[in-house]
Amino acid sequence: MNVAVAIDDARHDALPSATEAGPASKRVVVAYGFWIFLLSDIVMFSALFAAYAVLVHATAGGPTGASLFNQRSAAIETACLLASSYTCGLMTLAANEWRRAGIYLFALLTFVLGAAFLGLEVREFADMIGRGATPQRSAFLSAFFTLVGCHGLHVAVGLVWLAVMMAQVAIKGIRGTVERRLLCFALFWHALDIIWVWLFTVVYLMGVRP
Amino acid sequence: MNLLGKLDWSAIPLHEPIIMGATAPVILGIGSILGWTFLKGYWPYLWKEWITSVDHKRIGVMYIVLGLLMLLRGFSDAIMMRAQQAVAAGGAQGYLPPEHFDQIFSAHGTIMIFFVAMPLVIGLMNFAVPLQLGIRDMAFPTLNSVSLWLTASGILLTNVSLVIGEFARTGWVAYPPLSELQFSPGVGVDYYLWSLQISGIGTLLTGINFVTTILKTRAPGMGYMRMPVFCWTTLASNLIIVAVFPVLTATFAMLLLDRYLGFHFFSVEAGGNAMMYVNLFWMWGHPEVYILVLPAFGIYSEVSATFSGKPLFGYRSMVAATMVICVLSCMVWLHHFFTMGASANVNAFFGIASMIIAVPTGVKVFNWLFTMYGGRVRFEVPVLWTIGFMVTFVLGGLTGVLLAVPPVDWQVHNSLFLVAHFHHVIIPGVVFGVFAGYVYWFPKAFGFKLDERWGRRAFWCWFIGFHVAFMPLYVVGLMGMTRRLQHYDVVSWQPWLLVAAAGAAIILAGVACQAVQLVVSIRQRDQLRDLTGDPWNGRTLEWSTASPPPAWNFAVLPQVATVDAYWNAKQRATAGTNQAAQVREYKSIEMPKTSAIGFFNAFFAVVTGFALIWHIWWMAALGVLGAFVTLLAFAFRREEEIEVPAERIAGFDRAHQMEVAP
Repeated sequence: MNVAVAIDDARHDALPSATEAGPASKRVVVAYGFWIFLLSDIVMFSALFAAYAVLVHATAGGPTGASLFNQRSAAIETACLLASSYTCGLMTLAANEWRRAGIYLFALLTFVLGAAFLGLEVREFADMIGRGATPQRSAFLSAFFTLVGCHGLHVAVGLVWLAVMMAQVAIKGIRGTVERRLLCFALFWHALDIIWVWLFTVVYLMGVRP
Repeated sequence: MNLLGKLDWSAIPLHEPIIMGATAPVILGIGSILGWTFLKGYWPYLWKEWITSVDHKRIGVMYIVLGLLMLLRGFSDAIMMRAQQAVAAGGAQGYLPPEHFDQIFSAHGTIMIFFVAMPLVIGLMNFAVPLQLGIRDMAFPTLNSVSLWLTASGILLTNVSLVIGEFARTGWVAYPPLSELQFSPGVGVDYYLWSLQISGIGTLLTGINFVTTILKTRAPGMGYMRMPVFCWTTLASNLIIVAVFPVLTATFAMLLLDRYLGFHFFSVEAGGNAMMYVNLFWMWGHPEVYILVLPAFGIYSEVSATFSGKPLFGYRSMVAATMVICVLSCMVWLHHFFTMGASANVNAFFGIASMIIAVPTGVKVFNWLFTMYGGRVRFEVPVLWTIGFMVTFVLGGLTGVLLAVPPVDWQVHNSLFLVAHFHHVIIPGVVFGVFAGYVYWFPKAFGFKLDERWGRRAFWCWFIGFHVAFMPLYVVGLMGMTRRLQHYDVVSWQPWLLVAAAGAAIILAGVACQAVQLVVSIRQRDQLRDLTGDPWNGRTLEWSTASPPPAWNFAVLPQVATVDAYWNAKQRATAGTNQAAQVREYKSIEMPKTSAIGFFNAFFAVVTGFALIWHIWWMAALGVLGAFVTLLAFAFRREEEIEVPAERIAGFDRAHQMEVAP
């Protein structure tokens, strides 16, 4: 036997038992795959964050963040979104125990809080555009509207998804597939929270520093 | 307000004989194939067994068909460019006007990377990885079909640009400010952006699917250190997809906002920053190189181990090198634009990081060499591609190390030296690898081998043609010829470009040999038939099942105890230590139902993309609505799985065992 083969023959066969189990359960596979998707989504946001960081001072003589941002409104938005994450968590608990009434109630609360967040954001955007601070005004505003707007778009998609999920719970019941989809929705909704915390910090807190 | 947006009859270039001459046969060809399949009554079969299939093997085959067809398109672009540069010297203008030439080089790059290399690599991964892992399908089979058809949508849109409107004239990288509306007012850049956005989503979903499949659904006993190397490189490649494709999506979204809504991300006024695009683009673009080449490295590993009759030398170091490349690939993007004007320290960092990648790559080359050393190498066609790769790729890699030195790069930046370099790594690295994989796994997919004589001829034409075509480009690059020249005044470059054109002709002969090989092999399939399912004396699990494998891949999920699981099972069987007549217990299997969601979703993606390109807003809204309704219909469908009864599986498996037994 030559050396090349001999080196490779030194194998370690002791492996943790998890590898012996074979393919994971559907619930694990679905949630894991959705996590990977969320990570990719966060990567997309990181590109938008990077663009915002590069362009934040490129105001082209137009308004700056300090002159535009209303921290009170942003704080209320934050409160709505964080509270909706809490109610979303309660919805997951209700789904785990198969309590339909609980699912509907907490889904409704989540929806209302999410819609309130979105409404406030739209009002903020409309207010800025009304004052001439449009995305076409400067590179800074382009980056701002894209970053915050992309998050808002995600919330809007989340609301549509939540509505569809409630129809699924009503029509299909909380069977395997619907249960897994609810789980994915909850992961999605919490991920939006994580992104918002960064967004609030980078845009609204750091943005008003003199 | 025009109901058809920017679209009118002037969009169809009826006055351009070259374009019309190219598209008429294509349209006729597609039309006659559709008509022929319709007349023969193949449509129900194609619809049920292929278009709506969620079987990873079929999806893999369809990806490869797409990739090979687009290879013809991208290659004809290459031939046209070589012909133009061969004649357009001195005062001559050649036969292609600048605006057409610019579209050709942009389309060539875009198509070859996104619609040839990606589908071919993803197709091979799709076909082989679940079989190698010893499982029945991908983690998300229907999503896999969605990915395939989104890729096809992007391909369709790109090809539509040939007939309706134009393609980008910006090069395949579409740098602003040139790609901004101000300087590219036509629809070319929009075709580029929307087709890549749509196919990019498909690729991202593929990445998610493979990462989940490999990390969560391996056969019992298949620990990480027992996975075939191709699975490892696929994992690395798809981790990179998940990490960088979203960056490309975001970057293109910003450029789209600039073009459609007048934003100022990359514009020349109001504080836009064009270099940000270049940075973001290459944060995706450099890792993309490794997305393509790592799976090819995996194929070379499988081929060199199988045809040497030896385990892969240094399996662990191969895995480590793969994962090191996976990480480093994301840390070198700036070497694509050392001339940006970053400080010397920044350039030095990225230069050194780029050179460091040569280390794990070198580890791999030595591993392949040592795998062959002392082995009984059978010089079948896949091995030819592998050895051809090693010889060529090492040289191409060395010119890469040269380019990684910032001062050198300043001299040859954007010259044909660079063009020669990246073709010198990507053709042997990716294309040869894909061809090796194509010949290697073809008998597994269809149950018969490809004809060997024509395979050898194809290899030699490609190998010789490649060197004749690209070595002269190094020379003219060093002589100062920049890339993307429609014509040039320096007559002393012309002899070299004539040689390069001859090289392209030799490669064309190689492509012809491959076409002949396929036809000859199909006609002689009975002589080339392989009943054993293991024509190459393979080592990994895909060779343990029938060829072509049944829809469920394995009647019983294999139990894995070592790396090279099938090889070791064969060794044990011949040694008699295995209980030979092991009674197999068959159970019924849940298989995912076929689904048309991928096809319909892609249809609406094409409608939406086309509408957005031409500013037909009502049609775009309809397209999005259609995609949403398709998704709803899928979400509310009653049955998701069908059960394959145990008797059917048992019947198939016993019949296969009878064929294998001598």
